[in-house]
Amino acid sequence: MQENNKGKRALVDASRLIIESMARAGADAFIGYPITPANLLYQYGSQRMPLMLAAPDEITTLQWMTGLAAAGKVPITATSFPGYALMIESVNMAYMMELPMVIILVQRLGPATGTATCGAQGDLSLLKGNISGGHPMPVFCTSNFEDSWTLSAKAVETAIKLRTPVILLTSKEEVMTTKSFDMDALPAIELVERKYYDMQCDGKYKSYKATDLVPDFLPVTQSKHQVRINASTHDKEGILQHSNEEAMANTQRLEDKIRHKLFEYTLYDYHEVKEAQKLVVAFGITAAAARDAVKELEKQGEKVSLLIPKTMIPAPEVYMEIMDSYAKVVVAEENINNQFSDMLYGIRKPKNHHFVGALGKMITPQQIIEEVQA
Amino acid sequence: MTINTFLNTDALPYCKGCGHDLIARNTTKALVKLGYDPLDVIMVTDIGCHGIIDKCLNTHTVHGLHGRSVALGAGISFGDIGPEKKIVVFIGDGGTTIGLQHIMEAARLNLNMTVVVHNNYLYGMTGGQTSGLTPVGFNTTTSGEGNPFAGYDLCALSSAAGAAYTARITGIGDISDKLVAAFAVKGFSLIEVLEICPSYGVKLNPKRKLAEIIEKAGKPLGEWTQDREAFSAVQGRKTQDLLAKVHPVKKSFNSYLKTPMSMVVSGSAGEGVQLAAGLISKAALSSGLHVTQKGSYPVTVGVGFSTAEINLSPQPIHFHGINVPDMALITSADGLAHNRKRIESMKEGMLFIDSSLPVPATGAEVIQHDFRALGARNAAIFSVFFFALKTGIISTEAIFKVIEDEGKAEKLPIAKIKEALALL
Repeated sequence: MQENNKGKRALVDASRLIIESMARAGADAFIGYPITPANLLYQYGSQRMPLMLAAPDEITTLQWMTGLAAAGKVPITATSFPGYALMIESVNMAYMMELPMVIILVQRLGPATGTATCGAQGDLSLLKGNISGGHPMPVFCTSNFEDSWTLSAKAVETAIKLRTPVILLTSKEEVMTTKSFDMDALPAIELVERKYYDMQCDGKYKSYKATDLVPDFLPVTQSKHQVRINASTHDKEGILQHSNEEAMANTQRLEDKIRHKLFEYTLYDYHEVKEAQKLVVAFGITAAAARDAVKELEKQGEKVSLLIPKTMIPAPEVYMEIMDSYAKVVVAEENINNQFSDMLYGIRKPKNHHFVGALGKMITPQQIIEEVQA
Repeated sequence: MTINTFLNTDALPYCKGCGHDLIARNTTKALVKLGYDPLDVIMVTDIGCHGIIDKCLNTHTVHGLHGRSVALGAGISFGDIGPEKKIVVFIGDGGTTIGLQHIMEAARLNLNMTVVVHNNYLYGMTGGQTSGLTPVGFNTTTSGEGNPFAGYDLCALSSAAGAAYTARITGIGDISDKLVAAFAVKGFSLIEVLEICPSYGVKLNPKRKLAEIIEKAGKPLGEWTQDREAFSAVQGRKTQDLLAKVHPVKKSFNSYLKTPMSMVVSGSAGEGVQLAAGLISKAALSSGLHVTQKGSYPVTVGVGFSTAEINLSPQPIHFHGINVPDMALITSADGLAHNRKRIESMKEGMLFIDSSLPVPATGAEVIQHDFRALGARNAAIFSVFFFALKTGIISTEAIFKVIEDEGKAEKLPIAKIKEALALL
């Protein structure tokens, strides 16, 4: 978080940072279908990406992205719940096919069309279970402008390295607000290096044969090795199977690669205060209120630690280890059902957990302070 | 017919008498006739009996979702795939029904690909149900007394949407030359091959011949062409670094503000509210303050209220929400209606409100002025200067400097604003 008053401050919005960061990391195509509050991302995507296409709906968006990914591109899109709901079957397809892409999901108030111009944090539970079989798909959540820059690049890197769709979760209040920001605070973004199957190998290429959980990629645009891409249950070669041992091992690997490589993309902020017995946990837009709340509590002489999860799915165990070490944990998120704790613990939350929620409005620092002091 | 370089087996996985077998063999034969290498061909298959051909092919194979294969193939065609490649999509009448929009879109854009529709008039894989291409009177397992509805005229739709080439043929005999005609087209081609499913269609429609079914359906065989340029996605188009135009602002002015301050600027759409808010934000930035700004307006952005929320602080700002503002600038009835509750909740601070408006009960200090004196379009802009002059949180000079730096001076009545400010 920016604490100094110097440097090169400019007025900027997070949508701009997200798209520029993804482009620098290697995203090279934006497929768009307009939806509020993701329209700024669409506008910037159309200006920044080497390839930009306007799809006629969100199902087509995901299908085009998957086709592009099969041809070797790294496509991205931006949407909100109504659009994402249409994408889900195709997201499952891309997940099964193991093709990289990033979907920027800008949360707004639901259910259904809800309120397009009202922020929310209501989509985490959906993302937790949107791959059939309950398999995890990486989800990152931005908590400030720095995250909009660094996590966006990380999302592209994770998509490429793990060959998977990745969600960058954000919200209306994050991507449609302009802020003064020190541009010097942005670290350089490295272009993600893609790993391809060695074209010089004379052996038979198998599209889903993996030596380290993730198969080497080859696009369908080359003419040396046959590529088989399949959304149905398949073996290492990519040939449709019912449920034989090799095919089930392949499906098992889809889960394993996301979970076993989690250490490579576990990101969170932990402001640990010595001897603190209380912990505030917040992510996304509510992290801003939590930062202010903890600072205010500190001023008042209260010892309170702060955990800001950024890798949401799969949830790293360290979150629970941290939370278990406090007598009181206050989880704040802009919904009314405590989706973060629900994801970690189910309906039986630990007794030390307290929840601050909101519907249709941002959680304020004061609300968090009151719950911490209650 | 014997096995060719495109097939790895002569035993294709279809029921005896199925037209899919004939289409698969003739497709590979047509590709051989056109001189394609198998790995220059990308076969995209849908869900349905036709889709299980994948494993028999030596081409690249992409097997997707039900109904979406045309969109998936379209996505591949947008990649930088080279003119020597051929994308062929296999889809059934069921997939066509669910994914009709994708076919229309690919035809409209005239993408470089061929769609081969295996139209056996019903959903074969799931038990012989009626599809959108089932002809009227045709029996299926879900319309035992004959389909009461006519099927789509897919070829008419495809052609109307803009396909360079569309054809309807019967899946009888050697159809490889007809497939060659479709495959050789530059742009989008669709060939609808009519057949009867031996497992359901033949059994449920005994003694009916394909020719008679076609005649009764009223959708004739034929081909339809139009001379259109094929779409090719622009690769490596000129792009702009999104940070190139984000200019850091030098601190040139001072502000006495020592604690965070929140404000709303609100008026009517088209009356410069967001522009005015931007002037405050940029002037504050040039005065060394941290700033957040966001807009709020109805879904139809050209009518009703327009509100901007601004936070100014000498310290970095994390939480930017505003429940009850410290300052409110209200320039029209729309703005007042949108913020009335907030204004009534103000226990302190300042309310700047156009003198034509009723003043709500509020704990804020109320300052009334005719902000609309310079015209409705300038109401919010003028209110911002008025605010700066009265509070000194930012200076009017700082605002004028922003206007000058951004080249907006000619679009705003600067002289009149200065004249009005001089009278205050």
